[in-house]
Amino acid sequence: MSTRLASGGRLIDRSAAREFSFNGKRLTGYAGDTLASALLANGQTLMGRSFKYHRPRGVVASGAEEPNALMGIGKDGTFEPNQRATTTELFNGLEAESQNHWPSLDFDVGVVNNSLAKFFPAGFYYKTFMFPRPAWKHVFEPIVRQSAGLGKAPKDRDADRYEHFYAFVDVMIAGGGIAGLQAALTAGATGARVLLVEQTAHWGGRAPVDGVEIDGKPADEWINDALQALEGMENVSVRSRTMASGVYDHGYVLAYERLTDHAPEMDGPRHRLWRIRARQVITATGAIERPLSFAGNDIPGVMLASAVRDYVVNWGVSVGDRTVVVTNNDDAYRTALALHGAGLSVPAIVDARATVTGDLPEQARAAGIRVLSGAGIAMVKGKKSVTGVSICTQAGEGASTDEIACEAVAMSGGWSPVVHLWSHCGGKLIWDEDQAHFRPDPSRAPTGHDGKPFVIAGGAAFGELSSAATLASANHAAATAAEALGLSAPAGDTPATNDPAETAMEPVWIMPQGAGHAKRMKMWLDYQNDVKVSDVQLAAREGYESVEHTKRYTTLGMATDQGKLSNINGLATLAGALNDAIPNVGTTTFRPPYTPISLGSIAGEARGEVFQPLRRTPMQDWHEDRGAYLEPVGHWRRPYCYPAAGESHEQAVHREVLATRNSLGLLDASTLGKILVKGPDAGQFMDMLYTNMMSSLKPGRCRYGLMCNENGFLMDDGVVARIDEETFLVHTTSGGAEHVHGHMEDWLQCEWWDWKVHTVNLTEQFAQVAVVGPNSRKVLEKLGSDIDLSKEALPFMAWTEGKIGGFDARVFRISFSGELSFEIAVPASQGRAFWDSLHDAGGEFDATPYGTEALHIMRAEKGFIMIGDETDGTVIPQDLGLTWAISKKKEDYLGKRAQARSHMTDPTRWKLVGLETVDGSVLPDGAYAVAGGTNANGQGNVQGRVTSTYHSPTLGRGIAMGLVLNGPDRMGEVIEFNKVDGGTVAAKIVDPVFFDPEGEKQNV
Amino acid sequence: MRRYSAFAIAREAARYHQGWERAWASPEPKKSYDAIIVGAGGHGLATAFYLGKNFGITNVAVIEKGWLGGGNTGRNTTIIRSNYLQDPSAAIYEKARSLYETMSQDLNYNVMFSPRGVIMLAQTHHEVRGYLRTAHANALQGVKTEFISPQRVKEIVPIINLDGPRYPVLGGLWQARGGTARHDAVAWGYARACSDMGMDILQKTEVTGIRKENGAVTGVETSRGFIGTKKLGIVVAGHSGVLADMAGFRLPIESVALQALVSEPIKPCMDCVVMANTVHGYMSQSDKGEMVIGGGADGYNNYTQRGSFHHIEETVRALVETFPMVSRLKMLRQWGGIVDMTGDRSPILSKTPVDGVFINCGWGTGGFKAIPGSGWGMAELMARGYSPLTAEFGLNRFKEGRFIDESVAAGVAH
Amino acid sequence: MLILECPCCGVMADETELAPGGEAHLKRYGPGSSDEEFEGYLFHRMNPKGVHFERWRHANGCGKWFLAARDTNTLEVFATYSAQTPEPPQHVLDAIRAKRPDWSLDQ
Repeated sequence: MSTRLASGGRLIDRSAAREFSFNGKRLTGYAGDTLASALLANGQTLMGRSFKYHRPRGVVASGAEEPNALMGIGKDGTFEPNQRATTTELFNGLEAESQNHWPSLDFDVGVVNNSLAKFFPAGFYYKTFMFPRPAWKHVFEPIVRQSAGLGKAPKDRDADRYEHFYAFVDVMIAGGGIAGLQAALTAGATGARVLLVEQTAHWGGRAPVDGVEIDGKPADEWINDALQALEGMENVSVRSRTMASGVYDHGYVLAYERLTDHAPEMDGPRHRLWRIRARQVITATGAIERPLSFAGNDIPGVMLASAVRDYVVNWGVSVGDRTVVVTNNDDAYRTALALHGAGLSVPAIVDARATVTGDLPEQARAAGIRVLSGAGIAMVKGKKSVTGVSICTQAGEGASTDEIACEAVAMSGGWSPVVHLWSHCGGKLIWDEDQAHFRPDPSRAPTGHDGKPFVIAGGAAFGELSSAATLASANHAAATAAEALGLSAPAGDTPATNDPAETAMEPVWIMPQGAGHAKRMKMWLDYQNDVKVSDVQLAAREGYESVEHTKRYTTLGMATDQGKLSNINGLATLAGALNDAIPNVGTTTFRPPYTPISLGSIAGEARGEVFQPLRRTPMQDWHEDRGAYLEPVGHWRRPYCYPAAGESHEQAVHREVLATRNSLGLLDASTLGKILVKGPDAGQFMDMLYTNMMSSLKPGRCRYGLMCNENGFLMDDGVVARIDEETFLVHTTSGGAEHVHGHMEDWLQCEWWDWKVHTVNLTEQFAQVAVVGPNSRKVLEKLGSDIDLSKEALPFMAWTEGKIGGFDARVFRISFSGELSFEIAVPASQGRAFWDSLHDAGGEFDATPYGTEALHIMRAEKGFIMIGDETDGTVIPQDLGLTWAISKKKEDYLGKRAQARSHMTDPTRWKLVGLETVDGSVLPDGAYAVAGGTNANGQGNVQGRVTSTYHSPTLGRGIAMGLVLNGPDRMGEVIEFNKVDGGTVAAKIVDPVFFDPEGEKQNV
Repeated sequence: MRRYSAFAIAREAARYHQGWERAWASPEPKKSYDAIIVGAGGHGLATAFYLGKNFGITNVAVIEKGWLGGGNTGRNTTIIRSNYLQDPSAAIYEKARSLYETMSQDLNYNVMFSPRGVIMLAQTHHEVRGYLRTAHANALQGVKTEFISPQRVKEIVPIINLDGPRYPVLGGLWQARGGTARHDAVAWGYARACSDMGMDILQKTEVTGIRKENGAVTGVETSRGFIGTKKLGIVVAGHSGVLADMAGFRLPIESVALQALVSEPIKPCMDCVVMANTVHGYMSQSDKGEMVIGGGADGYNNYTQRGSFHHIEETVRALVETFPMVSRLKMLRQWGGIVDMTGDRSPILSKTPVDGVFINCGWGTGGFKAIPGSGWGMAELMARGYSPLTAEFGLNRFKEGRFIDESVAAGVAH
Repeated sequence: MLILECPCCGVMADETELAPGGEAHLKRYGPGSSDEEFEGYLFHRMNPKGVHFERWRHANGCGKWFLAARDTNTLEVFATYSAQTPEPPQHVLDAIRAKRPDWSLDQ
């Protein structure tokens, strides 16, 4: 059983106890503990269940690579599943629960999968569960889904908040081990702006645990000195608890800072996502130890040798009284020595190498530890915890030569550089035969916008595993970065270290090498996803030979640790099965993030009201105070209607239409796009933009125009006012202003750049109010004006400017409702006051604010088209009976050539008509006109569709517009429109102008 | 081919699974074939499969530069739906959807088609009208969809937030028989079935040239030598332009990166697929428990299979807003694929200016769901020279201005 | 996440400031052109896996359009230059050839 030692633990503060709970059990640890070290200290070696077979699992690692010890932490709005116990810092009140079991961690019914494991090899689900057909969806899949998954789904809204940070640096260094620190010292000395980040709370990485001395000082001391020196440099920033999660193109780096995970009582955001632009990136991300593949290597108590060492040295935790060390390299001897030094028993070091020499083995032997060379573990004994190992010769098939009782096994299969950041954006790897790992190939580094390398690997991340080589490599990385930046690096010496002489490791991919089927089915490669050596071999046998096939067929490396432990062992196993060299098999693609990052941090602050930018008109407060029902239009929120107390939206819209038609309606039209087009060539430009002739428009007059894209389709419409000979004011739809302005600039800058035209988007400079209805002139006159508002002085489709009620106003006699109407623009700053004064003056006329729905109904009653309703990106002006607005005289306009293509001139294109239901009802929105019969694909034939349909309060019946085959030639004909639930509605084809066809109401 | 079944697994379990055969053969190329498909992704393999199954043409090679299923087939978010607006789209996607229903049985390979339903959320009045239009179109197209209320949406997707302050859910277009499938298995299942019919799947074989005589194809140059054929199908998604260039014609295609991401796996919390087009995010939960999330496409040409992170941010923002609980999930992995976008964002299944050369490309962001229908139509086109499923998807439509524009109702087509 | 230098305002602009605008140096075909010419103008794109000339707008910056010569496979940016340029100028061609000696304009 694991326990806390009486002394030791460089990271814990034994004077500061920390209360926490695990599966409801109250436990105590110390400040500085991780959840994993605290659980081990409390004798809790069983920490979870595997994904597929629900096998009992303990912690394997001590850091970010941990595949097993995943916990649900927190509750309600702070609950988060799948947190690695090894990277969770202990705090008072932490509540953790283990995952993926029922009813309990100790007794999990799902473990029946384990007994059936031989029926569930890799990919078994592709071969079965096919009959009867509905059974997959209704029987098998629900079972698979329930037993898969890991942690519980959070239920509540996240109680925390998140933020984004930006940083621009010359050199970004990922990893705060001795390599990262040394690189930062060197880079910092060049004057470059340096950002150094470290994913854990502690600096220095493995060096202090490994007993490294640097410059004659213990590593801890050197690290503190280095940190102090860095903090003294103004050009250097250091952040702990910050992980570089991904390197993206052109030097974009994301870093994930965990601000309050370790101290939830702190104020402020929980996570901070750093968006960094770095000119050079140094990856000093270290290396990860590999497991060895022997039977039973997943039983709780089997751990990485480095992790066993970490628990003893960092947290004063023994993982068992007796630990057998199994290795193929010298480094694991450090674990044996550390355990021995802590007074724990190491019954044997099982070394797969035939001959074992070197300083560390000699020290172990000198300490009286038994070293078995050429040996391996035939099998680990135990179910929920290790009880012993059976020893064999590595060269053989696994016949037991000895049995050793123990509670823990510390394994080391060698070390693999963390190459994720290097690889994210194209860095290539080379296979290092001597150390049996992939490491960055500096000749094929990721390249930036200038085509030059921008990522440099240093230290163990570059495959330099000794501390001397690590520091030298880090210095070299920093110097390389400085050179790339055009800075001169001072010739800093590499600090001296006390490295023992290590002998070569020997790759061991299967232990023992001749292990038979039964053993290979018990050798885990990917712990979390339950992928074994036998699974990879099966995949290869079945032809899933590409490394990507094998990965996907077996799910190797697809768990939450993304193969940090299993990757190389899996590739080597595949290479062995294919009888090919490992580098020929290659690796799967490394993708961000390095370890999972919260979706909350990616979303940042953008949620709720500020989910997207919000645009407000000057009258927005008024609308909201009035309880307007708002609808999103672009980033605006426009009143749809203003329901009075007890009124439905429909009733409100009805009331607003009638009030406007009968007396006076007021519309906040400020969102209408307003673009100024000015210059000697403005007329020529306007003629290209619009289908009709705009250059002939007289100053003081307005003209409705249609705008098409170069593909011929209608993109926007609106009224153009000619301000003077060189100036046009273009009105666009509310959602279209930015797009139309961009469209104008595109043509002006990229095609007709010699034309003298200037455009400005003035949309937000003006508030605009449509004063509409028979009493509109009266209310304006009541406000007082220096403008003659009479029909004669200011006729329909004219505009003028002057004072109204003391406001600077531009008045347009235009109408989208068919009523007498004045659209009045005032400076935005005066918009609210103008709006208020209109309401004050309009009291006697029952001035009624109306929203977008009343606007839509009134325009439909008049047969005016609406961009987005009558048009959908496939409609040309000719379809809408708008040929009067298409100039025949102009040689060219945007879209003209497109409208000459055969499909555009096809007489069978559907054309706009009005539609009246025979029974007066409202045609269903989106209905199609059925034509009888079916096409070659068995689909019902159609001959038209509804584009707008409303109940007209004015006419007291349903009205609609639609596009119908030969529609204008079929006036009076009754055709059928479909309903979604079957049946049809009969409607008569009529003129689209339903109300006041002569325009008598607006021409007054 | 030995059939897969529970019994076969039991039999093999008794002998440590040593008796399983290769799922597909790894043959040497023949000198010539009756038909060659370039590209062993889902669409290419499905084309080969239906050439054999429906037309008895089995002397077929499928040539693949890398490994089969290694392109967008294995990189997408596995959504299957056919609730398209325009008739030609609805026809081919519904054909595909109906073939997915029986694919596991047809191929004797469990592709895990799961008709768990697809909801497309309506979050503006404009979107409501768009989906009502689609529902009416679908009713005539034989595609079963319905427009459902916000309350129904909530019943089907309890984790959804209906009342977002900016984009409340106003309803949704619901296709109950839409769903998901296991993407890799689709490629593998077709490959196994093609191999079983005697077709040659030539992986790690790169086409380097297309040989023509008198305006007709005579074969392809490959990294393994010349291989003759009179019928050549180009089905290579993002690299269509490169192949068309070899054949000597141009395509209205641009290749851009499209991204996706998955969360860490959690226990089941969402049973169907939800697409929120106004806010640009969509999500489903895989059988493994990961939330599978689709991101946006870059607007610039890109062959790197990496996209720009701000698309991921935009998508995640949308999903946190729509499903507040996902805020505390973690992104496990993000990736990108190269998609080929046409001028109208609808695919091209067409004859080409070169006799005997056919092209199937331009699936953009929506190809996976179409695989069986696309293969069915493409096989018919190659075998007979005409297919009602592909008739409207010809190359000539760009000259005539006869587009198939799906963006009109839903904003984006995934 | 590309960065491109806006030649109008001189800013090294993050992609989030920029709006891509497709292939550069297209010749506009209007009324009177053939169906083939017009189809080519609207839809046929080079789409090369390699050197590409393209349009960008510094949309969330100075608002100006500019052109870029960029490799779509490595994402290397050879040069950015004025949008008021009917064909790639010599200094841009030189910059490309310095990095891609085998490249030619009509590829």
